[in-house]
Amino acid sequence: MTQFETVTVETDLLICGGGMAACGAAVEASYWAKQHGLKVTLVDKAAMDRSGAVAMGLSAINQYVDLNSGNNTLKDYVDYVRNDLMGITREDLVASIARHVDSTVHLFEKWGLPIWKDKEGNYVHEGRWQLMINGESYKIIVAEAAKNALADAGGEYYERVFITHPLVEGNKCVGAVGFSVRENKFYVFKAKATLVAMGGAVHVFKPRSTGEGFGRSWYPPFNSGASAFFTIYGGAEMTCQEVRFIPVRFKDAYGPVGAWFLLFKAMATNAQGGNYMKENAPELDKWMPYGKVKPAPANIRNWLMMLDVMDGKGPIYMQTANAIQKIADEAPDEKSAAKKLKELEAEAWEDFLDMTISQAILWASTNVEPEKKPSEIMACDPYFIGSHSGASGAWVSGPEDLQTDETKNEYFWGYPHMTTVGGMFAAGDASGASSHKFSSGSHAEGRIAAKAAISYIVDNNEAPKLDDAKLEQIKDEVLKPLAVFQEFKGATTDPDINPNYIRPKQFMYRLQKIMDEYAGGVSSQFKTSDKLLEKGMELLTFLKEDASNLAAADLHELMRCWEDVHRMYQADAHMRSILFREETRWPGYYFRTDKPQLDNDNWLAFCNCIYHKDTGEWEMKKRPVKYLAAS
Amino acid sequence: MPSFVIPDKCDGCKALDKTACQYICPNDLMVLNKDTMKAFNQDPSMCWECYSCVKICPNQAIEVRGYQDFVPMGASVTAMRSSEDIMWTLQFRDKGIKPKRFKFPIRRGVAEGQAQPFDLYPTGDADLKSPTLMCEPAGLNREQGSVKIDKVLTL
Repeated sequence: MTQFETVTVETDLLICGGGMAACGAAVEASYWAKQHGLKVTLVDKAAMDRSGAVAMGLSAINQYVDLNSGNNTLKDYVDYVRNDLMGITREDLVASIARHVDSTVHLFEKWGLPIWKDKEGNYVHEGRWQLMINGESYKIIVAEAAKNALADAGGEYYERVFITHPLVEGNKCVGAVGFSVRENKFYVFKAKATLVAMGGAVHVFKPRSTGEGFGRSWYPPFNSGASAFFTIYGGAEMTCQEVRFIPVRFKDAYGPVGAWFLLFKAMATNAQGGNYMKENAPELDKWMPYGKVKPAPANIRNWLMMLDVMDGKGPIYMQTANAIQKIADEAPDEKSAAKKLKELEAEAWEDFLDMTISQAILWASTNVEPEKKPSEIMACDPYFIGSHSGASGAWVSGPEDLQTDETKNEYFWGYPHMTTVGGMFAAGDASGASSHKFSSGSHAEGRIAAKAAISYIVDNNEAPKLDDAKLEQIKDEVLKPLAVFQEFKGATTDPDINPNYIRPKQFMYRLQKIMDEYAGGVSSQFKTSDKLLEKGMELLTFLKEDASNLAAADLHELMRCWEDVHRMYQADAHMRSILFREETRWPGYYFRTDKPQLDNDNWLAFCNCIYHKDTGEWEMKKRPVKYLAAS
Repeated sequence: MPSFVIPDKCDGCKALDKTACQYICPNDLMVLNKDTMKAFNQDPSMCWECYSCVKICPNQAIEVRGYQDFVPMGASVTAMRSSEDIMWTLQFRDKGIKPKRFKFPIRRGVAEGQAQPFDLYPTGDADLKSPTLMCEPAGLNREQGSVKIDKVLTL
């Protein structure tokens, strides 16, 4: 087999990932590292300008608490998040992010991000917490500040290096390993602290489109579970692994609906024109005390829509034409109505062009003019993210000053946003139970975690000790799919069909089929049960064994192999956590048919898990939910 | 086939130090065929249609054709990105619908490459243990705000 050079990089803080949280971490860490003579290194599997969930751009900033206006308080935001997640929220973490996010947004503007403003210079809100932006270059601008910060502080960044595994000694993270997807190089990063910010996971479940449109997931297909694997395999306690996020979006291309609901006040209806939020309102009584909070929790809105879909009342429509007409009717005369319509039209299309260009293609190809006819909406497939209305991620410490006597022993262990593994920090989609951080809050959380990580390094300034033999062993493991392919490729006439190995695409399809059919995917209408999960876990065990026969023809495929392994651990944690939580709490995300009710007496609690890699055992833990803000 | 490359326009970025589309694709899909010196999308079913390759291509050699498993043929959405704004042209399948053109700003007030990360606001203290991040608390405020935040808040 081709020889792979081992490149060893020694640094103080290692930032794994290059998205919003990682860029926030790079800026903040560089600022403090410069003062303390420390080195910061960032590693991205892609190019920082266009990596992570914001690669394409965004049309809105979805977390801006606007504390400075006096209209909102921290508690308002915490209440909103707690209710949206049906009570399962770490309020200390939500508040930790919310109290910093405004300064992050102000920095974005100073870095050149165009945020919409009115004549008085006030930001234009899409909704209470959302700001409208011209966000085509959102990620490029944020990455630019991060790269400039690294350069200024003597740090460095690596692009196209894919992190596969954490390095853990005892209960301390001492870096990470990975490989270049461009040249035959194996990387060993030795670090005094490591910050995990490699995004969420897509393609764990089978998507609705299985032809070319397979890649048109709502969340990007290149977010492939690297954060979850890194923290799980590193031995960190994980939380909310049962919470998947299923957004409702315009059907098939998954274009955003936020501007239509919030800015244009459009209504969604079933095919008969019925408003499912009103017609299915009696259902809300089953999900109290969260069923009737305002705004309705995202999963409950999903659920009321799904009830109509399951009743055969589809297609479900966003009534775009009515909404536009209503706004135009409010104009004082015809001329200003025409002007208003033109503005709305540009805003509606920009919403797609900034962040889901496929939706613009789909509308153009089906001759949709939104002012003339409604468009179909639909629940997407399940995704794993720690932001938005998802919650899955690592269990991290909150800041000390946000704890009460009640919470201190449960939620605080030294450094803000550090996992239960020493020196391993997590932010953005990598950290759990702190939903609704979105792009801006992820950046803010990256900053919080980075400052804490620098503090950790100053307190624990020891060079990591690593066993060379162990590193050789892990190098062999990481590169094994290349060796497997080389060894067996001559055994058949078709490299895809070979009894000796499994290539990454088929491996992914198998994982997706298991999850889809046993863990409540699209084709099961998001329903599962204890028996289905047990069967699914049995099939997943075979897949896990077969992972040692993954084969890769080149570096690109080697990355695909490890992405699959990362997804598989996310899947494992997900099934176990759904099984552990003996109730249905988020009916619009998944429904456990054997436990069809919410059970606040027993399950107003976090379901956490720890993977013990030495034995391959998972330890499930129930952790108390303790509120800080009296509701 | 989501992104596709027009052979007459693609020159493999041979005058540049790297192949632009290959450099930028977030999913590692764009590849340069070194024999033909033309780029191609090596796995269209993993393409997010993010247009990063379209926008970065110096020769406008890349376009996107909608996913054929749900997108009818005949429409197109093309992008032309400069350092300050982006121009979009949308052609509908029905050629009776007038094509739409939009121009949106992409950055404001800061030239490309010039985003300065530090010292945009004073930082309140130098204590690594305090909750004060770089540029806080000053940076938590805007001139328009009616409440002055002079320390990082707690609940």
